[in-house]
Amino acid sequence: MGAHSARSGNLRTLIAVGAAVAALVAGCSSSSSGSKPAAVNSADQPKNPTLVITANDIAGGKNSNEANWIQKTLIPDFVKAEAAKGITAHVTFRPNGVDDNAYKSKLALDLQSGTGDDVFSLDGIWVGEFADAGYVKPLNQVAGAQVDSWDGWSQITQAVQALGEYQGKRFGVPNGTDARVIFFNKKLFAQAGLPADWQPTSWQDLYDAAAKLKTLPGVTPVQWDGGVPMGEATTMQGFLPLLSGAGGSLWANGKWMKAGTAFTSALGFYQKIYGGGYGDPVLQEDAKGRDKSFTEFAANKIGIYAESDYMWRSVLNPTGGTAPMADRDTDVGYALIPSQTPSSGVKGQGFVSYSGGSDWSINPKTKYPQAAWDFLAFLNSKTETESRISGAPLLTARTDVNQQVLGNDPMLKFATDKVLPITAFRPSQAAYNDVSSLVQKAVADVVGGKSPEQAAAAYEKALEGLVGADSIAAGS
Amino acid sequence: MARTASPRAAEDPAGLGRAGAAAITAPALLVVAAFLVFPALWTLYLGTTNYRLTGFAARHPHGVGLQNYTNVVQDPGFHHSLWLTLEYVLLSAVVGQAALGFAIAWMLRDATGWLKRLIEALVLLAWILPSSVVAFLWVAMLDRDSGTLNALLHTPGTAWAIEHPMAVIIVFNIWRGTAFSMLLYSAALTSVPPSQLATARMFGANSWQQLRDVVFPHIRGHILTNLLLISLWTFNDFTPYQITAGGPNGKSQILPVYIYQTALFDGQMGLGAAISLLMLLINLIVALVYLRLLRERRREPVAA
Amino acid sequence: MTDPSPRAVVAKIGRYTFLSVLLGFFALPMLWLASAPFNAHPTLDVSISSFTLHNFSVLLKDPYALPSLWNSLLLAGGTALLTVGFAAAAAYALSRVRVPGRDGILYTLLLLSSIVTGTAAMVPLFQLAFKLHLIDSRVGVILVFTGGLIPAAIFILKDFTDGTPKSYEESARVFGASPFQIMRHIVLPMIRPGLATVTVWAVVNVWSNFLIPYILVRNPDKYPASVVLYTFYTEGGQPNLALISAFSLLYSIPVVVLYLFVSHRYGFRFHGGIKR
Repeated sequence: MGAHSARSGNLRTLIAVGAAVAALVAGCSSSSSGSKPAAVNSADQPKNPTLVITANDIAGGKNSNEANWIQKTLIPDFVKAEAAKGITAHVTFRPNGVDDNAYKSKLALDLQSGTGDDVFSLDGIWVGEFADAGYVKPLNQVAGAQVDSWDGWSQITQAVQALGEYQGKRFGVPNGTDARVIFFNKKLFAQAGLPADWQPTSWQDLYDAAAKLKTLPGVTPVQWDGGVPMGEATTMQGFLPLLSGAGGSLWANGKWMKAGTAFTSALGFYQKIYGGGYGDPVLQEDAKGRDKSFTEFAANKIGIYAESDYMWRSVLNPTGGTAPMADRDTDVGYALIPSQTPSSGVKGQGFVSYSGGSDWSINPKTKYPQAAWDFLAFLNSKTETESRISGAPLLTARTDVNQQVLGNDPMLKFATDKVLPITAFRPSQAAYNDVSSLVQKAVADVVGGKSPEQAAAAYEKALEGLVGADSIAAGS
Repeated sequence: MARTASPRAAEDPAGLGRAGAAAITAPALLVVAAFLVFPALWTLYLGTTNYRLTGFAARHPHGVGLQNYTNVVQDPGFHHSLWLTLEYVLLSAVVGQAALGFAIAWMLRDATGWLKRLIEALVLLAWILPSSVVAFLWVAMLDRDSGTLNALLHTPGTAWAIEHPMAVIIVFNIWRGTAFSMLLYSAALTSVPPSQLATARMFGANSWQQLRDVVFPHIRGHILTNLLLISLWTFNDFTPYQITAGGPNGKSQILPVYIYQTALFDGQMGLGAAISLLMLLINLIVALVYLRLLRERRREPVAA
Repeated sequence: MTDPSPRAVVAKIGRYTFLSVLLGFFALPMLWLASAPFNAHPTLDVSISSFTLHNFSVLLKDPYALPSLWNSLLLAGGTALLTVGFAAAAAYALSRVRVPGRDGILYTLLLLSSIVTGTAAMVPLFQLAFKLHLIDSRVGVILVFTGGLIPAAIFILKDFTDGTPKSYEESARVFGASPFQIMRHIVLPMIRPGLATVTVWAVVNVWSNFLIPYILVRNPDKYPASVVLYTFYTEGGQPNLALISAFSLLYSIPVVVLYLFVSHRYGFRFHGGIKR
């Protein structure tokens, strides 16, 4: 009878697919480890490779410049360069234009299914998670010893290279970085009697400037990202430079750190700003708080703003920024982020910063490792890097390019010359994203009125629950 | 749905036969088996593992038994979310959408003309516009500095979504979803025999008495369908995330938002799946409560 | 009408006050959608300080914007067709032929559908599509949507089929009509408003969904509008309000047109199915 056979058919399908599930969940563990470079001999490689490239860039939308460059310049240039070597490469670009978390999820889904595109970009802080999951492998295991002998490495500082490293191995080639600084509104500074070439040398200097700005009606003296809705911006532009300026870090010598004095001091900064009426706590709680902060800064309503160079390039930019400021070049100043006191920063630094950036990596399952590496090296060559940023300058991973090209943009030059030498990078640990969420929670607690000690204690407890007591060391 | 055929009603009036019925039910069942039941069971299975989207647990997931469940049940954040969700469903769907939808349907039942068409069109528009668009519309309307609401109420600087996050998403969901209840109740009201209403009026029943004694008994089945569906949809509604992001400080972190953050932001698929099952069980309890309340004294529909 | 009593006047005033508040409540949020797309520098307020159509001309040149509306139509149309067709047939069969445990099965499916439409099912759905070679296939996206929508669709439609009088079918049968003819010529016309409503409901669901098409579709030429809307953000996640508002308007128009069409053609309501 129809109903019966349909039902037993379903049952059979269910059992068959259920078995497939079990195999899938159990079976994605076949990984041949070993750190010897793969034997990839360019002479044996196919002469007509097909590559698919993906990134979170899309023409007309997110990172439109880069998407256009990849499609219209990079790929044709690469195909030409390969042709000169007698190789006929077919390269397709697959754009995305979504929230970074959605892109990360899709990339992970693609890679875990054993397919995925041959070459892809990924954020530096995902490297650890992806490596642990087996989604990426050390580049020299994928494309051979030629990776380590690439001449481009010499132009990327050790610190920036760490953006693509995990447990001492190279998983990706960094292609860009950024820098945290303090932006300030020179118009408001003049009104408050503050200098146009302001450079605070301690947190106290910041508090003093904030106190003066507070006298201006309708002005929020300081915007220092501090809410959960700000997400990673709270950790990156807000908390970490403070922690670093108080001499602390989240992770050191293979362990996560307890919330010690530096941690509590950094939270104390937030208490001073938001408890003291220097900042707008409501902005930190607003789901669109970061967008609104940018708009307010552009409308001369915020005096001091800790942010990435991104704010200069993409937000305040009079041409094409999301909150354009027609007089950006004259009205916006920038300064280094001071340590708590002139020598309290990590390594005794007087000024601190934090940087992030993205990498390009190769799918370990690619059929054309040689071509994929060729593409990666070509993409990060001096010529192509220069061509990439010619339309819209930004910090690249390459020192040579930064020094030559960024001279025309004073802010980016400042970032290259003054900030990159003192900057720090987030730990490339698989648990980083989770730890960062805990940091955001702790900061939000303080902005919301809790004491720094309470928030630090709660952080420590949650950290222990997350990574286990064994992975935690006494903090600074 | 709720009305099983009465024993005296003719079985199979179209002469479909069991085989025929199975044949025309098969396509739906096949699609549902493959693309609903199977992935849902798989998700439930993931709920017993520590599977994550990235990291070591992505490569070597292993069964953790009921650990996800014990973790979730002990998590104060989950209790908080659950409580918020119940509040959200009760106030925005059961009370808000159902009552407002019924009120509109009742008021406009005999109306004709442009006013009726305009109101219906606006209510429906709120329902059919894409969710990311309506979220944007509400963010713009509630904005602290340039929002329409503050301009209208002369309350400059009020950050509605931060000061009253739950109220905002509740009112939002009433705005968003009333259309379905309105449609369903308009349809239901046409099934109430006008003669009975006229009789009730003749005996001096006021509006409330008419509703209680004549209308509600007739539309019990519709009320059940309506409450069941809108509760279920509201339970799983993720759109408030786009307005308040669950904030501030988790004050509007209803369960779908909690799952979204667990699954998509943190990549903890196993944990997210476990929460999904708990949500399903709560939905089940809600459904059973509705069934009990409305089904027992249900009247059989009178076949024409 | 002679001399309305004071009580009736108060009731009438109350009624119109309620309706005006209602109008305001439902119209207010939509004002932004009517103004921002035409503003050269839109913010979150409702005003047109400088009228422009520039935002739309940018979108016309965008390689993905307009095609994405077509893609959305394909996905929504395909899903609505399958959902309504399959669900109507199943609803009719379930309402006319006794199947043991029918209601229980239906409730279970309805509850399970809440899991599949949530974020937690992302991995199983992706893996399933992958195993069936349905990655980057519109058919795959349509099937996943259809599976999630069918239970609620059956649930709604079964109310209609339960409500249609069986006597018509019986008489038709007496005159020798086949079951197919009965369904085609008697049942279908009677539940048509319900079909129209479920169609719009299915389209609206597909039209809004971002996550499923995003993870299942690889080729950007197949992205629906819900995915393309998210591309108008910067690397730091800031919205480009000019493009987002203009695209939101374009993105909304097809569903509004569909509603107007269905409403004009079939009467967008549930009545008609339930005859006494």
